[in-house]
Amino acid sequence: MSVLPYLVAVWIFLVGCYGIATSRNLIHAVGCLAVCQSATYVLLLAVGYRDGGTAPVFSDVKPGSRPVVDPVVQALALTDVVVGATVTALLLALVMQVSKRHGTVDPDELSELRG
Amino acid sequence: MTRRVRLWILAVGGAGLAALLVAACLELPGFGGTSHPYGDRAVRASLARRTANTIASINFDQRAFDTLGEMSILFASVLGTVVLLRQTRDERRAKPEPAYVALPVRRYALIVLPVALLTGLYVIAHGQLSPGGGFQGGVVAATALHLLYLGADYRALERIRPVGLYEVGDALAASAYLVTGLAGLIGGAAFLANTLLPYGTFNTLSSGGTVPLLNAAIGMEVACAVVVLLARFLDQAVEIEQEGGT
Repeated sequence: MSVLPYLVAVWIFLVGCYGIATSRNLIHAVGCLAVCQSATYVLLLAVGYRDGGTAPVFSDVKPGSRPVVDPVVQALALTDVVVGATVTALLLALVMQVSKRHGTVDPDELSELRG
Repeated sequence: MTRRVRLWILAVGGAGLAALLVAACLELPGFGGTSHPYGDRAVRASLARRTANTIASINFDQRAFDTLGEMSILFASVLGTVVLLRQTRDERRAKPEPAYVALPVRRYALIVLPVALLTGLYVIAHGQLSPGGGFQGGVVAATALHLLYLGADYRALERIRPVGLYEVGDALAASAYLVTGLAGLIGGAAFLANTLLPYGTFNTLSSGGTVPLLNAAIGMEVACAVVVLLARFLDQAVEIEQEGGT
């Protein structure tokens, strides 16, 4: 089953999309976006895995003594986590303003325009 | 558009996307394979620069310019949150009330606070050697301060956390990263090139050239950014009230 981890990432992404589309609360939608984003962590780490590999940190592993997993995708996953956290913070701040101005966080009730 | 129609459109689009993604996954190199050309080269470059933590070497040496972009995203989002969550005209600031805290909570929060803060600083300082680094340690150090909110109350937290100072610290750390990059230009190399400082002895605190410096700048930036972000959200929850309401 050498494609199973990739399919898990696809499944997490689609579940997150379903959550966003059917959400009745903006905070819940922000949470679903975080679920979508975690699919990219799973995909990145799955792409970089090597059979029997250990962490690419050589403070206690002699270089060349063991196979290590791909460090490039791990650095990308770190970038991904940071960007994800900042996007979540910004979106939650927007939700707070929406809630103050409109008195609701249900996206279905936010359809009317207001100046 | 009714909910039913929307669900149908979602089902059709989702099925199409799922089919495409699964088709793409089947063509990917197998999970756990041995062919990682970029990874092998990154490990070699990291060892040549005597950085024990390859991921730190990638983030702060080989891809240091990308980390500059990442830091700018963090900086911009903090700026955006500060603008979005400012006090508006129909709101006023109420003084936070002293709160009762159960004794065991107070005791353990105050015991754990210095340990957590020290752990955060340790993780930042050893970023080039062991798993961790500026991003992770910065978050640990910033959240450690907020144990004071759990253990005492909001007024105690405000006393040790002058937000203005942390905003200045955020900007200073961001410019420290830029200045370290520009120092490479003065040394006759490229922007953010790790050629200025000696690489030191492998697996010691001062190894890796500019990696520890950039790591420390990111640690300070992330810690200050998280403190400012949490301060804005806590202000909304604790201090700011609607005029004539709650």
